[in-house]
Amino acid sequence: MALTRMRLGYVPLIDAAPLVIAREMGFAAEEGLEFDLLRLTAWAQSRDMLGAGVIDAAHMLVPMPIGQALGLGPRLPEFDLLMFLSHGGEAIAVSNEIAARLRAEGHEFDFSDARAAGEALGKVVPDRLRVGVPFAFSTHLELVGHWLETCGFASERLDLVTVPPPQMADAMAAGELDAFCVGEPWASFAVERGIATLILPGTAIWAAPPEKGLVLRRDMAEARPDETGALMRALWRAGRWLDEPGHRSTAAEILSRGEYLDLPSELAERGLSGKMMVTPSGDLREAPDFIAFNAGGASFPWKSLAALIAAKIASRRGLPLGPAMERAMGHFRTDLYRQHLRPAGAPLPGASMRLEGSLAQDRTVPAEKGQMVLRADAFFDGFTFEPPEAT
Amino acid sequence: MRKRLHNIAAGLTPLAGSLAGRHCLAVPGNVRAGETTGQGMEKRLSIVIVEPDKERALPIVDGLREVGDHDIRIISEETGLARQIAEYRPDVVLIDLANPSRDILEELALASGPTERPVAMFVDRSDEQLTRAAIEAGVSAYVVDGLRPDRIKPILDAAIARFHMFQRMRSELAATRAALEERKIIDRAKAVLMKARGIDEEAAYALLRKTAMDQGKRVADIAQQLVMAAGLLTWR
Repeated sequence: MALTRMRLGYVPLIDAAPLVIAREMGFAAEEGLEFDLLRLTAWAQSRDMLGAGVIDAAHMLVPMPIGQALGLGPRLPEFDLLMFLSHGGEAIAVSNEIAARLRAEGHEFDFSDARAAGEALGKVVPDRLRVGVPFAFSTHLELVGHWLETCGFASERLDLVTVPPPQMADAMAAGELDAFCVGEPWASFAVERGIATLILPGTAIWAAPPEKGLVLRRDMAEARPDETGALMRALWRAGRWLDEPGHRSTAAEILSRGEYLDLPSELAERGLSGKMMVTPSGDLREAPDFIAFNAGGASFPWKSLAALIAAKIASRRGLPLGPAMERAMGHFRTDLYRQHLRPAGAPLPGASMRLEGSLAQDRTVPAEKGQMVLRADAFFDGFTFEPPEAT
Repeated sequence: MRKRLHNIAAGLTPLAGSLAGRHCLAVPGNVRAGETTGQGMEKRLSIVIVEPDKERALPIVDGLREVGDHDIRIISEETGLARQIAEYRPDVVLIDLANPSRDILEELALASGPTERPVAMFVDRSDEQLTRAAIEAGVSAYVVDGLRPDRIKPILDAAIARFHMFQRMRSELAATRAALEERKIIDRAKAVLMKARGIDEEAAYALLRKTAMDQGKRVADIAQQLVMAAGLLTWR
């Protein structure tokens, strides 16, 4: 059988694993697809190539299609997010100098208590804090903003600056950053080089931060339903494989090959296994559920999450919230998710919106068929978000 | 009025947002006479090329010189990119589509006060081809708001031509490397066959070719398999 070729863009991070695994473990071929995986080096490149139709689909930061929907990017054909590819997978690091100050204050580097870390940081940084994030529209920026502002950092004291992930370590070494939030393996890469100390996983701030999504042009997704469905099912099954016990080391090996991350697999394995080395001197911390791909309904693109992220972006940029949330929700395609993943047996929640941040623990809820488990999604400060009524 | 930098090769449209803001890229915003009337002496454009590799940057400069008298600068040291661009106050920034520093430029183009909205497109839909050509050639451009399309087009065309040249050079280099690599593998496969079957080089090559034809594969692929299998058999 001839396979249909699809060109997919990804940025080298451990959360590109579903694309790589779908190709390498045969989930793509099972659906009649052959993936051409294009390793990209800038998020803007991914967006532009998708817009021009040079790639068919992209592994993209979840807030990017929302930025586009709100008219904050170049005018390109409409983008839709069809499913989440991952939650979490990012870590927050501080420079050696700030780590030393934190240590002097008695901070324990437990890699789990966001409030303690945020307040300690507030004490040892009297003035401005320069934090690197990978892109102007990124979950990282939202995580850092929410965390530090909740811990008492006025937004005027925060400089959130864009630094491409592979350059985070260098920027910190050059003294341009006090801290950063970046997807693995780039935080571990900085630790490995003796430049940074990790203080929190993203999941300590928000238990289930939606991190990457599968983004397509709306015209393509709608004009080619068969391929779109096949693509989604291949990635969904790859995500399920990734979340099965014992598969993460294999995934790290495959992902680290020269054609993908091109780094020692030990580095990718830290984030994938949640066993993080947090200091250059070798202190280890366990971060269970550091990254999730599929378990607990992780891939379902809740419209309420589109609204939440849109509200955050809009309020930062002084845009009216209501229309922003409304517009963003239209770009998270729960309808296509249901249509294309129902045949694969994906559990489907009864609704497409919910109160965000309300689950302190995983919870079993009624699903379209039977029941399903939803992963915990609480914020460290108990923040919850009620989406606007559907119209 | 403040000047705005737009990302045009990204889709026709301007990534909007003012250059002023957190990064203090306050570019003076007077509309130039030449811009509004399209007549007479037009002000020289200031163009910045962000390119770490000077060898690549110089041909682009040459290409641009051919299309007009512009003030062209190269930024090859990318640390402090935002600051350097602020100093130069360019009308146009040209940068490799895949340069990671683009994400920093995005932030610059977006930086704006809390009440500012992205504005006006720079190129209309009819320029979609130009945009696509740029993306396919691997070049992206950020252009200040209000610059006329007919002033920008020759610049982009020249840049696109140079970027195509780089692409050709890159694929030629890759093809040459691959060919050399294959030649080596085929030589090793021939040696394996000559030793194992006591035949001469010509016969060994003929055997490789026949096998490749029978199996509908390339000689290099058959050679690769043979070398690998031989490696396994002699492994100690």
